[in-house]
Amino acid sequence: MDAQLIARWQFGITTVYHFFFVPITISLSMLVAVLQTIWLKTKNDRYLRLTKFYGNLFLINFALGVVTGIVQEFQFGMNWSEYSRFVGDIFGAPLALEALIAFFMESTFVGLWIFGWGRLPKKVHLATIYLTAIATLLSAVFILAANSWMQNPVGATYNPQTHRAELTDFGAVLTNPVLKATLMHQLSACFVVGGALIAAVAFFHLSRVAHGRHTTAITDAGEVEETRTWRWATKFGAWVLIVAGVFTVISADYQGKVMTDVQPMKMASAEGAFDSTADFSLLTIGKLDGSQEIFAIKVPGLLGYLGTGKWGEPIKGINELKDVDLNEYSYHRRDGSQTSLQSSYQQVLQRHVAASGIRLQPNIPVTYWTFRIMITLGMLAILAGLVMLVWIAKGRNPAHMKWLSLVLVLVPIAPLLANSFGWIFTEMGRQPWIVAGVLPSTEGVSAGVSAGSVLTSLIIYTLVYGVLAVVEVGLLWKQIHKGLPDVEPIDTDHHQDEDAPLSFAY
Amino acid sequence: MFPILEMSVLEVAHSALTPVWFILIAVLWVGFFFLEGFDFGVAMLLPFLAKDETDKRVMVNTIGPTWDANEVWLITAGGAMFAAFPGWYATLFSGLYLPLLLVLFGLIIRGVSFEYRSKHPSSQWRNTFDWMATIGSLLPSLVLGVGFANFVRGVELGPHQTINGPAPLVTTSFWGLFTPFALVGGLLFVILFCAHGAGFVSLKTTGRMHYRAGRFATRLGWLAAALMAVWAVMFNTMYAPADATAHLLTWILGILAVLLVVGATLFSRSEKDGRAFLLNGLAIAVMMIAMFIKMWGNIGFRPVGVDFDMWIASSSPYTLKIMTISAGVMVPIVLAYQAWSYWVFRKRISRESIPQGAH
Repeated sequence: MDAQLIARWQFGITTVYHFFFVPITISLSMLVAVLQTIWLKTKNDRYLRLTKFYGNLFLINFALGVVTGIVQEFQFGMNWSEYSRFVGDIFGAPLALEALIAFFMESTFVGLWIFGWGRLPKKVHLATIYLTAIATLLSAVFILAANSWMQNPVGATYNPQTHRAELTDFGAVLTNPVLKATLMHQLSACFVVGGALIAAVAFFHLSRVAHGRHTTAITDAGEVEETRTWRWATKFGAWVLIVAGVFTVISADYQGKVMTDVQPMKMASAEGAFDSTADFSLLTIGKLDGSQEIFAIKVPGLLGYLGTGKWGEPIKGINELKDVDLNEYSYHRRDGSQTSLQSSYQQVLQRHVAASGIRLQPNIPVTYWTFRIMITLGMLAILAGLVMLVWIAKGRNPAHMKWLSLVLVLVPIAPLLANSFGWIFTEMGRQPWIVAGVLPSTEGVSAGVSAGSVLTSLIIYTLVYGVLAVVEVGLLWKQIHKGLPDVEPIDTDHHQDEDAPLSFAY
Repeated sequence: MFPILEMSVLEVAHSALTPVWFILIAVLWVGFFFLEGFDFGVAMLLPFLAKDETDKRVMVNTIGPTWDANEVWLITAGGAMFAAFPGWYATLFSGLYLPLLLVLFGLIIRGVSFEYRSKHPSSQWRNTFDWMATIGSLLPSLVLGVGFANFVRGVELGPHQTINGPAPLVTTSFWGLFTPFALVGGLLFVILFCAHGAGFVSLKTTGRMHYRAGRFATRLGWLAAALMAVWAVMFNTMYAPADATAHLLTWILGILAVLLVVGATLFSRSEKDGRAFLLNGLAIAVMMIAMFIKMWGNIGFRPVGVDFDMWIASSSPYTLKIMTISAGVMVPIVLAYQAWSYWVFRKRISRESIPQGAH
């Protein structure tokens, strides 16, 4: 096996794994902050118990997000050194700013939040979780700016003296249309996961407490409070899920148009559209080598609307897009334009494309199916949110059934996997480019790193990540089953003496 | 002292911000070792300093609220190298692949252990995570010590061809990194961080933990001082900077580092925890500065048959300008809130202050 192939698998595996924790961290930090705010406003301990319960789930998840994120930042230099050398002048800046602005803030304030119960004044303590949540959002802005630049390399030019891409306009990098679209789509998708997690866990507990009894039929005071708490949390989570779901769909529409503009090949391969068409594919079976279509069911005209905003407007197919003279090759966006980096690097690239025989299309079955799995799982999540709301309407409560618990496990997992498949689509759809229309992925890999080294690290990451996944799932499971924690009144006005027990300790 | 003035006259394309960023990278590494040095040390000493579960919890909680932010200094150092010196980041991280993998492995198993150890009452569960914290702190300390000794010595580079022209490639093999000086460097980092960690535990606790940690800090301190002396002599005799002024400086800083560790140890012995902690931290900073002086210009490499230095590795003037403005605004803010978080958790921890039956 060659080092490049293993390095690609490693990037895919470690990034998808890291991204299991990201949507939950981003959404749950903010939603826990909202719960804590409601507690401070209402002074009702119900919301404090929810804050602590979901806060615990957030922290278990956060720990793994942090440690797997370290690998991400170092991996560019370790496995993709020639990519890093070529683009570092542009790509490095958002990564450094992410660490400097977002990571410091996130790590400092999450520590203050965890240990600050009872030690910080209540409002200051609330501010620490908001600052943690805002830091995760800032982190998303910077890392998506970096990724969006790889999809649409704006604000840069090729410097033949230094043989690398150099930044010319940082503002253009931060206002990249791909960034705007992706940021909206990604943040909404994060909150779909967070809402689904809160609702599904609450619904599960509701079924255990209420056993299908109507809310008015429950008389035990403790059970009444539990039922009310979980009913509230189910509705809260489900509404977050549904509203975020709607935003995800709306932003997807915008994102599809941007993608069609700057990466026409990606849109064509998402559709498995071999020839120019305006029809949206419901099902396309093509040859596995991605060369042509065998059978298809289509919605006439819809793709034109999704890609360009005009019903029936055809977009170019895969075969037309790649049918170019390799000796004259240059990358163009849908309107024929190029970014300044794409045009200034064109000559170096032409020499190379012709010589190396790069295949100018992504892996079509992968892009076609990941795109559809993403949409299906996302839609199912929104549907689950609606079903839960209807199920508990008018004081009704679910009964505790084995199959229900199993389905509930899938409710947050479905949108989480939709996130994964969305990213697999985005990154696989960019191929064969590591920077669209500029640097082929094959040229980004580290030159001096042997296949054995990359394989060693892949095996180590896989083993460690595998064990940690078991630990994490076990811990989440245990915390979820424990249910609402008991809370004691939190007293910060009282000055604690030296040996008073800490309100929180590891 | 440094050839910065001649450089800017001779080669106008060079950005005046390149040296600024070299210094900022050094500052980030100094900050990282000053802060994470002691929490590496605390975790490394867990199995040795603690006598029972409550002792362990006292120790873990001295660093509990702040270790994560300390580690971000490393992430930021890495990110800043990527942004300000892409050539340095690319050459170093791919060239020292396996050592870096060991650092990452350590940071992963360590990073989950503080949070996860408290989530289950079984002592086997907790012991497992304590050992993960210990090993996960030992590995990065050792490997980074070996690594920085190699930067002082100069990691050898050769040329290789890429689609974008010739680029430098590390030619020193993995086993070639383990020179006597590198082993002294690795051991020094481990012992110095343990002394710093013991001093920190002593500073942050009361009762028997406080006294035990103080005694550990004293004993480890003498060992660290001896290692620092060996390190300073080897540095200045075997791998001295070529420039005479720089060499004088590295001698002065080397001796100063030894004196600071001796001073810290004397303070530890007389239970002046605060001063001991400060001097140990300064010793780490001075030691790092000496190494970065040696790395000035060559950024820790010895290129053979290929041109490579900090000017070639550097980003464009425009990128450096953006990064400089961002760092100028953000670094003081970061320092302010990090200092505030240390102030919030300034209280000493005792065995009695550990809540029983929590979790």
